Amino acid sequence: MAKDKTGVSETKGLMGWVDARLPVTSTIKAHLTEYYAPKNFNFWYFFGSLALLILVMQIVTGIFLTMHYKPDAQLAFASVEYIMRDVFGGNIIRYMHSTGASMFFVVIYLHMFRGLIYGSYRNPRELIWLFGVGIFLVLMGEAFFGYLLPWGQMSYWGAQVIVNLFATVPFIGPDLSEWLRGDYLISDATLNRFFAFHVIALPFVLAGLVVVHLVALHEVGSNNPDGVEIKAHKDKKTGIPLDGIPFHPYYTVKDLVGVVVFLMVFASILFFAPEMGGYFLEANNFVPADPLKTPAHIAPVWYFTPYYSILRAVPPIFNSQFPGVAAMGLSVMIFALLPWLDKGKVKSIRYRGALYKKWLAAFVISFLILGYLGTVPSNVWGQFGSWLGGADRATVVARIFTVVYFAFFVLMPWYTAKDKTKPVPERVTK
Amino acid sequence: MKKLLTLLAFLPLVALASESAITEKAPIDPSDQASLQRGAHTFVNYCLNCHSAKYMRYNRLMDIGLTEKQIKDNLLFAGEKVGDTMQVTMDPAEAKKWFGVTPPDLSVEVRARGADWVYAYMRGFYRDDTTPTGWNNVVYAKVAMPHVLYELQGEQVLNHETHQLELVKSGKLNPAEYSAFVADLTNYLAFMSEPGKQSRKHMGWWVLLFLGVLLVLAKKLKTEYWKDIK
Repeated sequence: MAKDKTGVSETKGLMGWVDARLPVTSTIKAHLTEYYAPKNFNFWYFFGSLALLILVMQIVTGIFLTMHYKPDAQLAFASVEYIMRDVFGGNIIRYMHSTGASMFFVVIYLHMFRGLIYGSYRNPRELIWLFGVGIFLVLMGEAFFGYLLPWGQMSYWGAQVIVNLFATVPFIGPDLSEWLRGDYLISDATLNRFFAFHVIALPFVLAGLVVVHLVALHEVGSNNPDGVEIKAHKDKKTGIPLDGIPFHPYYTVKDLVGVVVFLMVFASILFFAPEMGGYFLEANNFVPADPLKTPAHIAPVWYFTPYYSILRAVPPIFNSQFPGVAAMGLSVMIFALLPWLDKGKVKSIRYRGALYKKWLAAFVISFLILGYLGTVPSNVWGQFGSWLGGADRATVVARIFTVVYFAFFVLMPWYTAKDKTKPVPERVTK
Repeated sequence: MKKLLTLLAFLPLVALASESAITEKAPIDPSDQASLQRGAHTFVNYCLNCHSAKYMRYNRLMDIGLTEKQIKDNLLFAGEKVGDTMQVTMDPAEAKKWFGVTPPDLSVEVRARGADWVYAYMRGFYRDDTTPTGWNNVVYAKVAMPHVLYELQGEQVLNHETHQLELVKSGKLNPAEYSAFVADLTNYLAFMSEPGKQSRKHMGWWVLLFLGVLLVLAKKLKTEYWKDIK
């Protein structure tokens, strides 16, 4: 017979036997049936569980792809076509994986945006946020390593560009990039190690980070659209937060609706437009990798383009591209500082003043414009006249929005403190 | 409402769709099996001597309505088996000597370049004495490939003032017939680039139908549970 924390025996029979040896029932209670989540979650709160769904989907489809894929520069491209043509259901599995990669980023970006608007990163949830940033970084690595595997032109030259970024690091750069590649150019050796990182090393880290992300979340409890702590008002007898409801069954059934709607969107892409107009699967990647033929226009996949734009926007200093590379790295890492940059008196955008809202809007616009500019050549909008040195218009625009992007973070302590906030209610509202 | 918002989240992606220099859309219909079969016939007879399609199996042509016997009798010339992939016997190194480049494998050519490109390319050859083959192409300048179908199309020249192609010597087909001929070939190349495309789309409707039913049930379940939450 097993006992729960209060010493009262709970389960009997087989479950009791198991519980005495493994905390199954108590874990289910702590994380599902007696995990009390605020009752006012809205649309933005679907994306956490959706991200978990995609992670599982990527792992399962990935296992099946690994059964047929050959991590060999001579065979890789052909093995992907073999999966697409000769493996039963292979085309669906492959498209699930490729669509899943892009949708992972869609969902993660929306999940992060939720954190921004409702202040989910604020005290006491800083660690949850840091683990989340860790997940985001690992996910970017996972996507990058995975993108080399089809061994098409974009795989090859994309990897070439990214690995060469490390060559700009002062002093150790060239040795560093050679060490990463395992060769003087992207080759079979690189493909093999990227495969190893993609299928075991990073998924392992990713799963671990997801676990600590969730454990930390369940320790402090979920934030909500009002940004008030539901634990501040508990039922005197039971100790249950008055505005809390058990995650299971309430949020499991609610998330099920979200999951089905998401799967409808996912299936619409997967079955009818898996290339998504060249944004999820690039046309050039159906040309086998050729180390002797550089494509005219190398663009990263859409989810990397805002940072790629920042990289291109920063001009070289003392003939070194390193400042651009550093700015790109910083543009991703800077998210980790949010809990300490935000000095606002309130968490949720519902009670923030106009100043914060304007800055957030400016940030979102910068992110989208930088994202777009990263997909096109920098001469896309032509050049300014000679009065501006004949600079590429798109480059100038990218520079302006790069400044706005960083200003959102750097000026945050100032504008969040100065912002005229509204009074926050005691309890959650509808 | 939630669905709408989710769709809105995708709008930026859709709006970004890029444009191409090829203006005319290839008039192809992936469900037109007769057209696909004509295109397969053209491909095997004209293209498959130099260009391989090494990921495409002959018996996959059963997807476009051919029987195994029809494939064997009409499309296998050199003792290949029906389950073989479409290879060429030409040595890639020799081919490079002859043409300057090895003719690329065409298995996924339409996915790489798009059907509209192929359709424009196959109609874009013109006479040019300055190139080694005597042919040039409006879509692919200084292309190494000679105009294999010139007997059918005839000879075009490029009017350097109007930048238009003009037919100076007619071939066995008139321009409309030739365009239809190329459209069939393009249709086939598009099919070959992803033979599972049609069945994938077909399956998609069933999946969406299933999810639609599931959505109704999930919503009812949610409403039932949530009615006690004030």
